[in-house]
Amino acid sequence: MNEPMPILSPAALDMQGVATGSMRDPNSMVVEEVQWTVTSGDFWVIGGLQGSGKSDFLLMTAGLTAPLRGTYLFFGQPMPLFEEHELRERLRLGIVFDGGQLFNHLTVSENVALPLRYHRNLGPAEAGPELAQMLSICELQPYADSTPGALARNWQKRVGLARALMVRPEVLLLDNPLAGLDLRHRAWWLGLLGQLSKGHPWMNGRPVTLIVTADDLRPWRLWARQFAMLKNKRLVILGSWDQLESAGDEMVQELLAIAPADV
Amino acid sequence: MEKGNTTAFNSPPVRFLLRAALPGSYANFFGRKLIRFLLTIQGLGAFALITLGVLLTKFRRSSRVTFPLAFHEVSRGGLRLLPMFLFMAAALGLVVIGQTVSWLTRVGAINYMGTVMVIVVVRELGPMVGALLVLARVGTANVVELGTARALGEVEALEALGIDPIHYLVAPRVFGMAVAIFCLTVYLILGALISGFLWAFIQNVPLRPGDYFSQLAGSLSWLDFALVALKTALFGFIISIVTCYHGLAQPLRLEEVSHATVRAVSQSVIACVLLDALFIVIYLVL
Repeated sequence: MNEPMPILSPAALDMQGVATGSMRDPNSMVVEEVQWTVTSGDFWVIGGLQGSGKSDFLLMTAGLTAPLRGTYLFFGQPMPLFEEHELRERLRLGIVFDGGQLFNHLTVSENVALPLRYHRNLGPAEAGPELAQMLSICELQPYADSTPGALARNWQKRVGLARALMVRPEVLLLDNPLAGLDLRHRAWWLGLLGQLSKGHPWMNGRPVTLIVTADDLRPWRLWARQFAMLKNKRLVILGSWDQLESAGDEMVQELLAIAPADV
Repeated sequence: MEKGNTTAFNSPPVRFLLRAALPGSYANFFGRKLIRFLLTIQGLGAFALITLGVLLTKFRRSSRVTFPLAFHEVSRGGLRLLPMFLFMAAALGLVVIGQTVSWLTRVGAINYMGTVMVIVVVRELGPMVGALLVLARVGTANVVELGTARALGEVEALEALGIDPIHYLVAPRVFGMAVAIFCLTVYLILGALISGFLWAFIQNVPLRPGDYFSQLAGSLSWLDFALVALKTALFGFIISIVTCYHGLAQPLRLEEVSHATVRAVSQSVIACVLLDALFIVIYLVL
């Protein structure tokens, strides 16, 4: 009877008047006045030129830096969630970094298994079945015993994705996942993210909320449902692909024309 | 007169004074140094307290991941350095005995050889040499590894995965280094005491092994065991805290890792010397 009522919020992410600092210099503002709501199951792509603050904004969204101003709620909880008792909430969100940010002293399989082993206190053998499943999903079995430094960038990024998916996050943030990938790997990423958005067996069929940053919006035309861009330190909501194409904004046209060809 | 004045103003001391910064600038310089020193002390203190808190509250958390890491650190900081420590033990025994035995023989105080060994090796040189060797071999590696991890974003990746970097990266190193320095110092002291006798034997000192070891036993008290254990564990704690702090606590770029390493080494040495001085006072009081 006296238990606190849970905060009912249909929004996975809700930002009101949020300002973000740079990761390197937290006091220098890179994005401000963000009014943004992401509902569960959405698939967002945030475009922007290099240096526009996409990564810093994504890191703040992931709760790795605190917003300089405004209110940011993640499933109704104020972000960032740093306390030990908030860990369960925090693990509902995963992030895939641009460079993979893999642990160089661990092998691929150790990297991927680490979050699972740490949070469930498992030995290597106990984590084996789920690890094997994830390595299979990401086609990483041939590289399981390699260290990240021995892998090409294409595969490093997949390891980063596999590691983030191990704890089955409900919201997945991806920082420029297609940057520097060849066409085969691009197609693989788009296919897997599409499946995750619709409900992948790894997630027990539950759709994952996806937020992706990109410096080229065209590959996402068939996959993402919502588009936004970072321009002049503001997050500009563009809407669906049709709305995006009809927008006369100069930067949108630039973001659509960067890549030489669609995937 | 004019010529004389010119000569006086051109003298080296005056030229030095004219080139020197104004007193205000000196105050500025030393003020900045002082503020930086105080900020470092504050940062290190906070980092040490956080690490202690994590060690106490999360000791058994994710033990199947962190315990192997701690054992790895004990192995890296202890077992793998054992050959070098045995060599250093032989050298230490030679240095102490080589320098003291002729003087002790000359003044007819050879019966104090064991006492000298206890005071010099057990209380002072053993723990200090052990700590400095581990700092050189493992402490520097700590700063480079953690600094590189920090610069490459691995620490953010840990946080994003809900893994406490202090728990995963620092706590095993602190535990491992404290245990490693203690164990290595014990080996170093034992090796130095034995090698000391061997060097004395080579120099034809009329001292039987039984007499030598009874001198040692007579000079050692329970306080020596307790304080050596405490001192070496604290050396390990301090070195690991300082090196991990400089590698991890501040945002770093790759090119700053070498500077961080130099800072960490010099601060660790200063901290160890200060701690050693504190223990000398404790010995004198007790």
